[in-house]
Amino acid sequence: MSRLLEVKGLETRFFTQDGVVHAVNGINYHLDEGETLAIVGESGCGKSVGVMSLLRLIPMPPGKVTAGQVWFGTGDDRKDLLKLSDDEIRQVRGNRIAMIFQDPMTSLNPVLTIGFQISEALMLHLGMDKEKARKRAVELLELVGIPRAAERLDDYPHQFSGGMRQRVMIAMGLSCNPQLLIADEPTTALDVTIQAQIADLVKRLRDEIGMAIIWITHDLGVVAGLADRVIVMYAGFIVEEAQVKELYGNPRHPYTIGLLGSLPRLDATREHRLSSIEGLPPDLIDLPKGCPFYARCNYRIEICATDNPRLEPVAPGHKVACHREVTRETPYTVEIEPAEVVA
Amino acid sequence: MNRRRWWHECAEHDPDERQCAGGPSGVKAVDGLNFDIYAGETLGLVGESGCGKSTTGRAILQLYKPTEGTVEVAGKELTKLQGEDLRKQRRQMQMIFQDPYASLNPRMTVGSIVSEPMEVHNIGTKSERIERVRELLKVVGLNPYFINRYPHEFSGGQRQRIGVARALAVNPSFIVCDEPISALDVSIQAQVINLLEDLQEQFKLTYLFIAHDLSVVRHISDRIAVMYLGKIMELADRDELYANPMHPYTQALLSAVPIPDPVVEEKRKRIILEGDVPSPANPPKGCNFCTRCPKVMDVCREQEPVFKEYGSGHYTACWLYPQ
Repeated sequence: MSRLLEVKGLETRFFTQDGVVHAVNGINYHLDEGETLAIVGESGCGKSVGVMSLLRLIPMPPGKVTAGQVWFGTGDDRKDLLKLSDDEIRQVRGNRIAMIFQDPMTSLNPVLTIGFQISEALMLHLGMDKEKARKRAVELLELVGIPRAAERLDDYPHQFSGGMRQRVMIAMGLSCNPQLLIADEPTTALDVTIQAQIADLVKRLRDEIGMAIIWITHDLGVVAGLADRVIVMYAGFIVEEAQVKELYGNPRHPYTIGLLGSLPRLDATREHRLSSIEGLPPDLIDLPKGCPFYARCNYRIEICATDNPRLEPVAPGHKVACHREVTRETPYTVEIEPAEVVA
Repeated sequence: MNRRRWWHECAEHDPDERQCAGGPSGVKAVDGLNFDIYAGETLGLVGESGCGKSTTGRAILQLYKPTEGTVEVAGKELTKLQGEDLRKQRRQMQMIFQDPYASLNPRMTVGSIVSEPMEVHNIGTKSERIERVRELLKVVGLNPYFINRYPHEFSGGQRQRIGVARALAVNPSFIVCDEPISALDVSIQAQVINLLEDLQEQFKLTYLFIAHDLSVVRHISDRIAVMYLGKIMELADRDELYANPMHPYTQALLSAVPIPDPVVEEKRKRIILEGDVPSPANPPKGCNFCTRCPKVMDVCREQEPVFKEYGSGHYTACWLYPQ
């Protein structure tokens, strides 16, 4: 498989009245053709801003991509997305890289029919005429499993349920046969049975079409059955990266260990207290000098307060940003009390 | 049933039909529920959005008046009570809400938010109440020093702790937790679950825990009721429900929940339900689940199955089992 995307030293800042928000702090990662990469993290960890920066969808001002390169494409086609002109990036968006968002209601235009919204991209990027685009739109709706697709083409978004709207979004995303589909929390707003439908659909489409996927989520459960590789983000940094089985089986960053330990499991066999991560993520305006996870880390040592560790390989394909060699079995060095945390 | 039924902490539901205005005949948001909650236990109530689980919780607390049926809490029938009589009963039952942003008044300090229930119920003098608020903040893991701060100065998880402190203020025996963690980040959810468990042990609380996340419900509940379109489909002990789900809806729901383990996920077989939940304004004839049920039979579309006990404490309403 050849490399499709390479992100180098990406840095995004928001210049606000309260100060500079360090949303993304120099992240490096790559994606191969046909690969599914999950980016996991809590709200405000920079996972969405990180991918929005790739497509230059960050509102400027207040936002700005202050450093980095985003190499996208294979062979001679390879270009730095951050250096493209506005016209050139528009040719990439929705065409070679498609994006679907969390809330299908707010990302569909309520006053335009579904058919119009899907054919728009087809006419714009693929130069189809109206009739051809309509025909293709029906095919796409059928592909994503919308019953009576031809009849529903002239319906408006409010006439669809949440799960169906997300299918429409996916149909729009796939309309131009993108090489990369970015899905930003696509199942978060949906009920669990609908969530399973959508995850199943995306898996099927991936295998049929062979596109690469970046799946952004806070839900470590969904990712387990879907991703090839996982990146864990915290406070705008990548703190761990590994193949999916390695990450769940042998997490090495204290934050990942904490996250996995804090999830109640449906297949849990015995009662146990959840190991919670006390405290809150740091303020991105005023990032601590050392490791961003320092204040909440049960494994911290002296150096963590002053030095932010770099993301280093610990095993083939497994990178961790931690000063210590921590595993699930490592005993805590400190206990953190919830009341200590100052608001 | 080996749990003792404790008269003063038991909420009992008789056929409770709560209707909301909407359409000429009204929407049957919750339809004919029967269940008990025993003292000191946690009953989990799960279901997808719009299935009536929150309505059930609110109807128990008489925040909505049921159109039919009775609700008994601690041996007292609530649906006929009004005004002062009802208010007195409310002291023993409190609620924790889903959205920690919308459920705290932004113009009140933490101190006045937490002490308000005590003022309403005329508990203690002003200085006693302040002392009690400090104590409560400590109990829920907040610094008592924050007493004069406003809600916007706190994060979601901390706000939820304030909501918990408010619910505890009048020493209730029964708390309805309406999706208390679904608005919180993953790492904060475990904090609040652990807190609720600790408090239950400390104050011998009885919970009705409403959630859509089956993993969380499994963790916290003793018994679990599964709702679909306003009806309880299945009710059983926690371990029994997960080991031996009887109703096809429960089976599908359990199989849809992702497990955070790629090795397990690889081997799992999913039952993917087709379609969406029908509108409660126009439920299907017969069993409410018949439009999506993978095991649907002719009788399911004609007649509603009876909610019956099969084995100790395991109830379900399904035509697959002898009626």
